Amino acid sequence: MKRTFTCIVCPNGCEIEAEYEGTQVLAVSGHLCPKGKAYVTQELSDPRRTIATSVRITGGTLPLVSVRLTNAIPKDRIFDVMSEINRRTLSAPVKIGDVVIQNILGLDSNVIVTKNIEKA
Amino acid sequence: MMKKQAVIVGGGPAGLAAALRLKEKGIQDILILEREKVLGGILRQCIHDGFGLTRFGESLSGPEYAQRFIDKVLDAGIACVTDCTVLDITPEKLVTAASREHGLLQIQADAVLLTMGCRERTRGALATPGTRPAGVYTAGVAQSYINLQNIMVGHEVVILGSGDIGLIMARRMTLEGAHVQGVYEVQPYPSGLPRNIEQCLNDYGIPLHLSHTVVDIRGRERLTSVVVAQCDEHYRPIPGTEQEIPCDTLILSVGLIPENELSLAAGVELDARTRGAFVDEHCQTGVPGIFAAGNVLHVHDLVDFVSLEAEALANSAAEYLLTGSLPECRLEVKAGNSVGHVIPQRISGTRDFTLSLRVRQPLSNVSIVVRQGEKEVLRKRMHKALPAEMIQLPIRAEKLSSSADMEVYVE
Repeated sequence: MKRTFTCIVCPNGCEIEAEYEGTQVLAVSGHLCPKGKAYVTQELSDPRRTIATSVRITGGTLPLVSVRLTNAIPKDRIFDVMSEINRRTLSAPVKIGDVVIQNILGLDSNVIVTKNIEKA
Repeated sequence: MMKKQAVIVGGGPAGLAAALRLKEKGIQDILILEREKVLGGILRQCIHDGFGLTRFGESLSGPEYAQRFIDKVLDAGIACVTDCTVLDITPEKLVTAASREHGLLQIQADAVLLTMGCRERTRGALATPGTRPAGVYTAGVAQSYINLQNIMVGHEVVILGSGDIGLIMARRMTLEGAHVQGVYEVQPYPSGLPRNIEQCLNDYGIPLHLSHTVVDIRGRERLTSVVVAQCDEHYRPIPGTEQEIPCDTLILSVGLIPENELSLAAGVELDARTRGAFVDEHCQTGVPGIFAAGNVLHVHDLVDFVSLEAEALANSAAEYLLTGSLPECRLEVKAGNSVGHVIPQRISGTRDFTLSLRVRQPLSNVSIVVRQGEKEVLRKRMHKALPAEMIQLPIRAEKLSSSADMEVYVE
């Protein structure tokens, strides 16, 4: 099988031509670095993404604080992870790097705060 | 009246990076003026990750990227006034600003650094026919509502324009439970980065309709539908291709414009192609001692390059402040075949500099050629070149002639 992948690892956004059999990569071309081949391999066997969203916060200078995942999770679990995150409310102050949820849904990824929010 | 060596207009990524580099170069007397209540600029609302891959080798969110600079600026004791709007800059570098805390400020600066960023094109600029209902937002405004103010803008969404912020918002609104029906782009190619098409649209099954635009906006109090149509190669809607799409929200991601009203007041001449200042290789505008970098100079794709450009600006501004002058830049840099614009537009021919450009249309297997008269300065082979991706080429002084104008073109 042949398919063109757009690598999302970095802003180069390489267009990678890949030949594969099932989840087995036979040949790739068009990638500028080894991460391109790894990306295609991952996409074929177990596509993963990170997500960034926000969590409600009380007593702060803003009603929301931004958060993100520390590791990519399986693509088909994105909306499960969103609902889990949406159940949380934090209270100010919070700092960048504070862990909101450790090992979310057992997916080996933490939800961390990405913005400092002071007490209002 | 206050006196400052350097006044920096705008505390976003460009202003913060420039301030830090000035300080490192020994400039002590710096003042950052910021319109918002806090530093960081547009990065505060860009909560997605992917920032800092070039600079820090890791994928950060916008607020984290900004905070790294803000912490250093505060640690370095650089003065900032926030909640402060600059009202005027004169060619003599007298800066007038209004601050909630300090009232009217007048500052005589030795150097002014323009780092005001850019703003979004709006519905008015497109002249789209229709009614004027609620529910029509620019992508950045929707981003501010959703990411900063906890206000969901709508449920059934159509996006006009395939700029990066529109693509990012397509994903963001989908994650927050909205249904994004599609992205409509008048050009036959996307204006956002390929990786954003992949991870923001394809990942969520959101269709991208090229050569399509919105030809009517309907609804009284609230948007009820838009009419889209296919366009010909001159971007004119093709009669008979109209299709009505029920929706309550229309997001516009149709371009960014450098915010240069203050630059014009200061007598800075603008380039009609970039809509930013004409600058030389020192990021100096036509007015001596007034410099510009970042999105106010030309719209960037990546903040990492904004920071780099602002640091290059600060290197030159520090030299100007410490020595009183910069090498003259008499040579013109011209955008030739298939090149939309170039930065800088003037060079000395005696120093290293970074040449930034965009191609006019998607191209494959081409060479970017940099030439001075008969002399080929640089030739870069490119497998693909897209208008969505700014091309940056480091140019070495030893390759340059100090007597011939430069032309940059695609072959």
